[in-house]
Amino acid sequence: MIKTHKEAITGAQAAAYAMKQIEPDVVAAYPITPQTPIVEYFAKYVADGVVRTEMIPVESEHSAMSAVVGAAAAGARAMTATSANGLALMHEIVYIAASMRLPVVMPVVNRALSGPINIHCDHSDTMAERDSGWIQIFCEDSQEVYDLMIMAVRLAEHEQVRLPVMVNQDGFIISHGVEPVELLPDEVVKSFVGELKPLYPLLDIDHPVTYGPLDLYDYYFEHKRQQIEAMKNVFKVFPSITEEFYKLTGRRYNFVEPYRMDDAQYVMVALGSTNGTIKYVVDQLREEGRKVGLLKIWMFRPFPKAEVQRYLTGRKAVVVLDRSASFGAEAPLYEAIKSSLYEAAAKPLLGSFVYGLGGRDINPELVRFAFEKAMKHELVADQELYLGLRE
Amino acid sequence: MAELKKWNEIPIGGVITEPGTARKYQTGTWRVKRPVYDRSKCIDCMMCWFYCPDQAIMEENSVMKGINYFYCKGCGICANVCPKSAIEMRPETEFIHKEE
Amino acid sequence: MPLTMKKLAEVFTNKETGLTQGHRMCPGCGAPITVKLALMTAKALGYEPVIGFATGCMEVSSTIYPFTSWSVPYIHNAFENVAATISGVETAYRSLKKAGKIPADRKYAFFAFGGDGGTYDIGLQSLSGAVERGHKFIYILYDNEGYMNTGNQRSGSTPPGADTTTAPVGKKIPGKVQLKKNIVEIIAGHEYVYAATVTIGEPMDFMSKIEKALSFEGPSFIAALSPCVRYWRVPEDQTVDITKLAVQTKYWPLYEVDRGVYRITRKPTSFKPVSEFIKIQERFRLLLQRPDAEEIINEIQQYVDKRWDRLLALEAATKDKPIR
Repeated sequence: MIKTHKEAITGAQAAAYAMKQIEPDVVAAYPITPQTPIVEYFAKYVADGVVRTEMIPVESEHSAMSAVVGAAAAGARAMTATSANGLALMHEIVYIAASMRLPVVMPVVNRALSGPINIHCDHSDTMAERDSGWIQIFCEDSQEVYDLMIMAVRLAEHEQVRLPVMVNQDGFIISHGVEPVELLPDEVVKSFVGELKPLYPLLDIDHPVTYGPLDLYDYYFEHKRQQIEAMKNVFKVFPSITEEFYKLTGRRYNFVEPYRMDDAQYVMVALGSTNGTIKYVVDQLREEGRKVGLLKIWMFRPFPKAEVQRYLTGRKAVVVLDRSASFGAEAPLYEAIKSSLYEAAAKPLLGSFVYGLGGRDINPELVRFAFEKAMKHELVADQELYLGLRE
Repeated sequence: MAELKKWNEIPIGGVITEPGTARKYQTGTWRVKRPVYDRSKCIDCMMCWFYCPDQAIMEENSVMKGINYFYCKGCGICANVCPKSAIEMRPETEFIHKEE
Repeated sequence: MPLTMKKLAEVFTNKETGLTQGHRMCPGCGAPITVKLALMTAKALGYEPVIGFATGCMEVSSTIYPFTSWSVPYIHNAFENVAATISGVETAYRSLKKAGKIPADRKYAFFAFGGDGGTYDIGLQSLSGAVERGHKFIYILYDNEGYMNTGNQRSGSTPPGADTTTAPVGKKIPGKVQLKKNIVEIIAGHEYVYAATVTIGEPMDFMSKIEKALSFEGPSFIAALSPCVRYWRVPEDQTVDITKLAVQTKYWPLYEVDRGVYRITRKPTSFKPVSEFIKIQERFRLLLQRPDAEEIINEIQQYVDKRWDRLLALEAATKDKPIR
């Protein structure tokens, strides 16, 4: 095992530290709460000459993503970071980055989308990009932010994938919360991520390429089909990356994390930091002799349908927690879980709980309440319930 | 136009990896007026070559070599900028019969 | 030795301009001439152009998949972000050069092209940011005074009185009533920048400004009046002539602002009235039919006169007084 060291740092610092060790060629970024500390820490690394990265202090997130697209197409390893309204401002170019198959890695510090304006955590920002063609990874804590940032580079740049990756962390809860994080030596990270092998670099003037042509009915569909295939390839590629990472660090990752699932009859499914709270409640309920478990979703896009089916088929009830709403439709994670279970041989009862919008606190009592609904078999598949809302 | 390819037969990302593929695309069929070039009046000033928006004027070492009708759209800029009236715009219909 | 047409023709006998045949711009369009001139100048001087293009006529017409009319590296990202995109390309170049991954003996030149919609309007923030950050790139505006790609809609560059589909000349409103935005002043206001106007009708002036921009250690902005024969509604062969007329009528003064120092690069010995420029274009036909036509044309005349006088004054006032 590699010699590591532990530091008490925030999720933002963990992301910035990973970026320092990855040392991309170009970082273009614009500050927005709660992502700001990532940009600040990284700017300091640049100012101190700790990294050789060229930083572009752009005038908006729109230009951040635009410059990153330019840099990545040029043949550089390029990164940015954002939150909420910043991600929404990037939206058009988020799609373009994916469609140009540029392996950009972007930490996203999840924050509620306006309006009204709010700076605290929910997942409405990243959920608005769920069909953009980006791989979306959710972290439970700062350690996961650090680890998954490093693995994200390998995944994004893999020749069978070549897709951009969002590494999501919950605003303030992870980004500004201090936790001990085990950090790898610089050279280990550098050797793990390796050198970028650019495909069709724009700066290769002896092989001039055209990026971003007008792609009409003759070929647009074929290019979209390629993106669909690349997402499928993530299922083949990601396990080998996490396995390699496990051998280095002893920390195991996958598409989902089953927690006390072996004999669990009542299972909760969630994204992000709330999983920590759910684990605590699962432990309590287990002590009370209740057969409960958790299925944490690490990767939301591509959606790990096979794993979800494998873990949830045959359970008595499944409660899905969403930190964002889909107005006029089922909440995004719930919709995905429900759809995954359509073909299940033995379908569990299903319940949807939306919680935590705009940073509304989620506490063990609320999680326990949702579990109890499941255990009393009071779940209605077509009913959306709300945790922590005054009704 | 070449046969359309399948999704797994083309480069990813919508990238066109071969430069200048548009050279295969004939724009000369758009022409309704044809520039007719008279070598005897030409002084090789290169004005027509310089201004042609479609790079349809052929030249070699600054000597005018005629008009490339595969690309020429017949805008008439060459005839207009020519200081010696060495290029005349004629209706394309005059040439249909001859080519048959 | 300054570049001449003969010299260029010799250079490009066995060399590609960077823009190839087979693009699908309208016959007589000014934009490909503008682009070709800029690229030929750069290539003749030994530069390797790398191009960013904003969404617009030239972008769509030059890259209909699987066809591309570019034989130099080319990227189109979106409408409003060509300056930010090329700033990313240019930064990648600096970063990779530092890392020894770029051939040291090649001279790269980064160009961003945008129409007036992509420059005056939707792309202005991206352009301002890239110029302020000081990336070494040349932004070339091909100004055809409207959203011509989508069929002649009003832009911040459309002149007063022009008939567009979104500011039509009606019974009540005489088309666009606002003046054309002074984009050169806006960009020149970024202080450390070389900004200039050019047009294809004055090619020597055009090429010398591109040459200056190429050697300028910072961002350059070149505004090129590039007629759209289709929606200016002029004969296809008049593209070059009308730009000459624009210069002779003070409609499009040729000047530069080099770090705050103004220099008028073409001073015609006599001027023609701006009405000559207006009257040959059918986009002003409905304006000319109005009873207040003369009044509106007089206003435009007064505006171009005053702007010219102001330029002369600025030239005198800023002589030998660069900001940096």
